[in-house]
Amino acid sequence: MKRRYRHLSAGAVSVALGAALWHVVRVRPTPSVSVASLVADALPASGVSHNVTAVLLNFRSYDTLLEVAVLLAAAVVALALRDEPSARSPAHVMYVALDAFVWRLAPLLVLVAAYLLWAGSTRPGGAFQAGSVLAGAAVLLRLSGLKVTAVDHRLASRGAMTFGLVMFLCVAIGTLLAGQALLEYPAKWAGALILLIEAALTISIGVVLYSLFDNAPQARVSDRESERQRER
Amino acid sequence: MSADRLYAYVGAVLVALALYAFLVHTHVLRRLLAFNVMGGGTFLILVGLAQDGRGPDPVPQALVLTGIVVAVSATALAIILLRRWFATSQTTSLPEDGSS
Amino acid sequence: MSAQSLLPWMLMVPLSWATLMVLLAQQRDAITRVVNVVGALVLVGLSVALYAGVAQEGLAVHALGGWSAPLGIALRADGLAATLVVLTAVVSSACGLYAMTSERAARTNGKSAPRYFWPLFWLLITALNGIWLAGDLFNLYVGLELLGLSAVGLVALGGSEASLSSALRYLMAALLGSLAYLLGVALMYAAYGTLALPELAELITREPMTQLAIALMTVGLCLKTALFPLHGWLPPAHGVALTPVSAMLSALVVKGSFYILFRLWFEVAPDVVTPLAAQGLGILGAGAVLWGGWQALRESSLKMLVAHSTVAQLGYLFIFFPLAVGTGATAAALATQGMLLHVVAHALAKSAMFLASGTLIASVGRGGVADLAGVGRHMPMSLFAFGLAGVSLMGLPPSGGFNAKWLLLQSALASGQWFWLLVLLGGGLLTAGYVFRVFRESFLESPDDAGQFTKTPRAYDLFALTLAAMSVALGLASRAPLRFMTNGLAVMAGVQ
Repeated sequence: MKRRYRHLSAGAVSVALGAALWHVVRVRPTPSVSVASLVADALPASGVSHNVTAVLLNFRSYDTLLEVAVLLAAAVVALALRDEPSARSPAHVMYVALDAFVWRLAPLLVLVAAYLLWAGSTRPGGAFQAGSVLAGAAVLLRLSGLKVTAVDHRLASRGAMTFGLVMFLCVAIGTLLAGQALLEYPAKWAGALILLIEAALTISIGVVLYSLFDNAPQARVSDRESERQRER
Repeated sequence: MSADRLYAYVGAVLVALALYAFLVHTHVLRRLLAFNVMGGGTFLILVGLAQDGRGPDPVPQALVLTGIVVAVSATALAIILLRRWFATSQTTSLPEDGSS
Repeated sequence: MSAQSLLPWMLMVPLSWATLMVLLAQQRDAITRVVNVVGALVLVGLSVALYAGVAQEGLAVHALGGWSAPLGIALRADGLAATLVVLTAVVSSACGLYAMTSERAARTNGKSAPRYFWPLFWLLITALNGIWLAGDLFNLYVGLELLGLSAVGLVALGGSEASLSSALRYLMAALLGSLAYLLGVALMYAAYGTLALPELAELITREPMTQLAIALMTVGLCLKTALFPLHGWLPPAHGVALTPVSAMLSALVVKGSFYILFRLWFEVAPDVVTPLAAQGLGILGAGAVLWGGWQALRESSLKMLVAHSTVAQLGYLFIFFPLAVGTGATAAALATQGMLLHVVAHALAKSAMFLASGTLIASVGRGGVADLAGVGRHMPMSLFAFGLAGVSLMGLPPSGGFNAKWLLLQSALASGQWFWLLVLLGGGLLTAGYVFRVFRESFLESPDDAGQFTKTPRAYDLFALTLAAMSVALGLASRAPLRFMTNGLAVMAGVQ
């Protein structure tokens, strides 16, 4: 009974929301303000030639700063909940062919990440994309049983995790001390500073995303449960 | 109908479907999947509606990139909590929700 | 420094300290302690300077990156925002010092304190200040997520099985709430092409997309503020967390989403919201006052009792809506003053109450209300702090809580909605019921006396007492802060 009531009420709420969204998409008003044209006008002064990167790291760089803090919050909790070394199971070695493949793929992925970072200033790409490719390479290596340094409680790990945020903060506080607004880059250095922040962020985002994978606790199945599974 | 308007319609449908799944399921991983589908629908609406009839707009695209990073962080945090919770309790749903 | 140039430091300081604390996480106690105390002092000093600056110069706006809105994002501080920044600095400093004292006590007893508490503590403050000072809808979304994730992380640090499930439940509610909010933001951008709050306030009109956007944001924010009946996640999360964490969650974190709701309804979209919707929120608020109070009355664990009391006290904040939407200028002004005073008074009183409860539990060694027998003789100061906070929560004079409820009551009379009086009165009685229940148990003589109480650090009581005393003192001097907080708010326009 209770289950049925739950399905019915959830269905009613979802259908109502879907219908309302559908309706407003159909009769949508036309806005009078166009920030897109403001972005286009200010682009030459932003230090980069790709407009999305300009929004992310110049016009709305403060959003990006807080976003990096969100990522750090998740990474810190993961670190706090990390299993003790004794409870961690060793990585599984799976297939020889996969090993060989991944081993050759990894350097290529690092190259792709570097390209994505560099491309960010002129075309789609940037720190997050490059960082996720780096993290992906590390996850692949780890899954195929190759040894990847653990992102654990050591100072080196924590330093790598926060490196991007430290750089970002240094630039931010630097602009304040120079008497500018927060993250107001001097026109001459805008491009260089953005690249500096992005490069540092790429490393940290890669490390943090990999750490979120590496630090996830083992989902241990109890002895009874595993016995039951073996019988099947 | 422009392609952008189509994205917004698809987004509306995804949000409704995912909301249903989020409310009905008690398995935390299923709810997380629903959350991510709902996030995807929201991003489609955000970019689709903003660009519909007005051409490419870098602002919503940048917002979506920020939104994706936030969603990834939240999902990772939830999975880490869930795996810890599973390791201690051997269940995948929360105590008050009953079994899935 | 002018208020305008101080604004970004309110974020840079806590964010830098959070980063520093990640790097110092394995360092010896003494170093982290010194760094934390310096951080708290800097934060309080800057907050007070910002308050003074805004009081002198009025609204302060800082265009981030040198780009003015709507292209860029602005930080804004009016009297209300500056007050909340000071409140955050004061309450979190007290909670931080309490946490430091308890870490030290744990170490001397050979127990380990939770790792990585401090980075999350400073990230929480960053998020709160980010929300108070935000001038952009999407930026508020990122702030909300930072607030939610660091709060959930702090709950999870409790280490027990219950803290994991509570954190997970909290996270699920927080995620759904912020996604509903983000969907509203998407619709607002589609309708107006800008996300800056002042620009939106000028452009906004009553049409379906805006109405749906405001409705979605309202539902999401109510879920995050734990409005009855969406409050299920709050008591377990606030009840199982470490004591200073519980205090900060109940005092500040739930106010973050409520603050956004207030800005949205009364600054951005006053012509879009309807009296009917406001009545709806008021009825749910009344439900929270009565249901939360009733649950607190029946609760057997002390910290859960205080957590249920938070659900009830948050209800008062929502009774403000029917008093301020669609009523006369006087009623709306009175209601606004009452609600804002309640925000501040409750933050001080509830953090004091949680800290005092934590001390009592640490002394008794168990967390049940019935376990408190005999504590009255051994822990008079903690119990005094608990009672002082209770006075403000009940709304007895003289206290900030009394003035707040008095203003709400007057507003109910001025707008001719006498039925809210019954709720205010009933809520006060229920609060008195659960506060006195704690006292009754505490003054019972315990069967096997002496020796069973653990000695707790003296400093514990100092922090709780300071916060409780401030909440009471707010009743004696509420006029000046009230005038400052409401200065320049659109809802006050009719009377100033």
